[in-house]
Amino acid sequence: MQPKVTLLSPDLISQIINEAFQLLLEPGIKVKHPEARAMLVEAGARQDEANEIVMIPEEVARKALDTVPGHFTLYNQEGEKAVQYGGDAVHFDPGSSGVNVLDPDTLEHRPAISADLIKVIKIAESLPQYDAQSTALVCSEIPKEIGDLYRLYLVLRYSRKPVITGAFRAENTEIMIDMLAILSGGRQALINRPRAVFDVCPTPPLIWSQFGSQNLIDLARAGVPAQIVSMPLAGVAAPVTLLGSVVQHAAECISGMTIHQLAKPGSPIVWGGAPAIMDMRQGTTPMGAVETALIDAAYAQVGKSFGFPTHAYLGASDAKLVDYQAGMESSTTALIGALAGINMISGPGMLDFLACVSPEKLIMDAEAIGMIKRTLEGVRVQTQPLAAGMYGGIDFKGGFLKQRLTNQLFQKEQYLPSQVIDRGSIRTWQVGGGLDTFARAKARREELLAGYQLPEIPSDQEKELTQMVAGLAAKAGLDKLPVLNQ
Amino acid sequence: MSEELFEAMAESILEGEDDEAIRLAQEALVRGIQPLDAINLGYVPGMEQIGKQYSCGEAFLPQLVLAGEAMKGALKILEPEMVKQGVGRELAGTIVLGTIAGDIHDIGKTLVGTMLTVAGFRVIDLGVDVPVISLVEKAREEKADIIGVSALLTTTMANQRDVIEALEDLGLRPGIKVMVGGAPVTRDWAEEIGADGFSEDAVGAVAIARELVAAEE
Repeated sequence: MQPKVTLLSPDLISQIINEAFQLLLEPGIKVKHPEARAMLVEAGARQDEANEIVMIPEEVARKALDTVPGHFTLYNQEGEKAVQYGGDAVHFDPGSSGVNVLDPDTLEHRPAISADLIKVIKIAESLPQYDAQSTALVCSEIPKEIGDLYRLYLVLRYSRKPVITGAFRAENTEIMIDMLAILSGGRQALINRPRAVFDVCPTPPLIWSQFGSQNLIDLARAGVPAQIVSMPLAGVAAPVTLLGSVVQHAAECISGMTIHQLAKPGSPIVWGGAPAIMDMRQGTTPMGAVETALIDAAYAQVGKSFGFPTHAYLGASDAKLVDYQAGMESSTTALIGALAGINMISGPGMLDFLACVSPEKLIMDAEAIGMIKRTLEGVRVQTQPLAAGMYGGIDFKGGFLKQRLTNQLFQKEQYLPSQVIDRGSIRTWQVGGGLDTFARAKARREELLAGYQLPEIPSDQEKELTQMVAGLAAKAGLDKLPVLNQ
Repeated sequence: MSEELFEAMAESILEGEDDEAIRLAQEALVRGIQPLDAINLGYVPGMEQIGKQYSCGEAFLPQLVLAGEAMKGALKILEPEMVKQGVGRELAGTIVLGTIAGDIHDIGKTLVGTMLTVAGFRVIDLGVDVPVISLVEKAREEKADIIGVSALLTTTMANQRDVIEALEDLGLRPGIKVMVGGAPVTRDWAEEIGADGFSEDAVGAVAIARELVAAEE
């Protein structure tokens, strides 16, 4: 039995959904994309064209929502099933689009470059706790015109895992889909076995921008999974109450899914988000706040009531160093998300309001995720009877270590942490240099990087992909791609 | 008797009651109280107090924003009267504020505007997605000391440079200073484009704005 947290009663879920449908009519949704508005109007919505507002009746939205697939699978480089969106399956991927990295030695936050992203990809590749990669960092030395697709290029070169990604500009979405198609063996093969999910963001409150709408339409038509990242900011760009923000989240997701399904019914799309409360002292948006996690867990429950796949941004911290606050915020919020049965949880590795990635934190977060995944397995009946059959020959002594059953079952019962987690005696710890968690993560980083192996990509595909990206880079003013090391 | 009215004005700011602040401003005019006195002896002490409370963690953003709204309400009543009399209030400075063209992020910029209003600046907030030329024209028209430009996207951040270049082309530099802010904006970036001020947050922006105005005088 997978343990769960449920925050909403069935009545409350109904009320949230009813109010979301009310918002779709009053004040309506601002859709800054003429074609998207036209599609909605043709489906039965009304529009105030001058103000770019669309009023979407419930029956119009519901008809579109009916065609959203409840499940889809992401495949790895070898074409094997790797991530299951839908139901209560829980997966983790590193947080994405950080701009800085935490230098593990100087503890400076400095702008990320390609070498940093490659390191993060290699680490995420080597840790089984991460089910998917993300395009984790924006590389500062790369021209902005190709910043989004270049990140994807590095992930595709260095990883076998599925990818959570997204475009920064509308014209690059198609290019990124083509890049994925090269490795999948064509666009149709990519539709059959999707490797990546693309994040698409509405603008709070209740706005679908030109870019966001275009992305929804392009992804739907390409049949590539889209993931709505709705970001109600409680008390600033959304109602201050957690439930008020959950209603707004629902309205933004429903309107986005409606546009998406009208563009192509049956295309896969995820009910996701990255909401936050606002810190009313600092004017910041804490991703590590427990209320942020509560909004996520609540909206996930709403999405599940429709039968949609779910996503959230959790497991990140607002701390500037990988310290107690970082560990506490990351593991608390990740656990809440996991107990809510959220299919994809993005955020591990991140600090400073999602601005900074620490490769060492990614390694430490993996241990938290290991324990969280173990928690989701719950307590299982491994033997019958549960205990009564195991006392033969024990004679009131601690002889269970000698039992074959102990050897057979301990690995099923226990999550075995890496050396990052210190469970040694005080003397073992002292002999090992008296290292703290961060120092142990640095040591583990070296082990992981040493053991990393490049994925084997058919050489013609690799050549085609690299030529394509090199061509785009040249157009953006980059003479040659940075040299990729092993 | 004006003392009581002034106290009530300060209170209306502290409580963030814009209706009450407006009503008191109207009452002051009816009673023949100088609008400048109403501002300086009534409302400004309220703003100063809420600002202080915020700085030491006793007041929070929603209170600050509501205080700013109440202040704006009172000024709307009092300023036309001051124009008639030909008097002006003592300002910390005038700042034209906006989020740069192509960028619709509103929150940080608005917060900076509120903080500057609280600190006694005249703030002309042009909103979001503001063309460079609008910022520059407005600053010239209003004889602004500072233009504040926000950008939340790495892609729109580059346009901050255009504001400085436009001011230079029109010969308005260094008279009009430029402050930049927004999530991707760093001190290095501010230096690279030749901005005069940069802050990580709204509180810091006020200190920078004060420094820039002081340097000018």
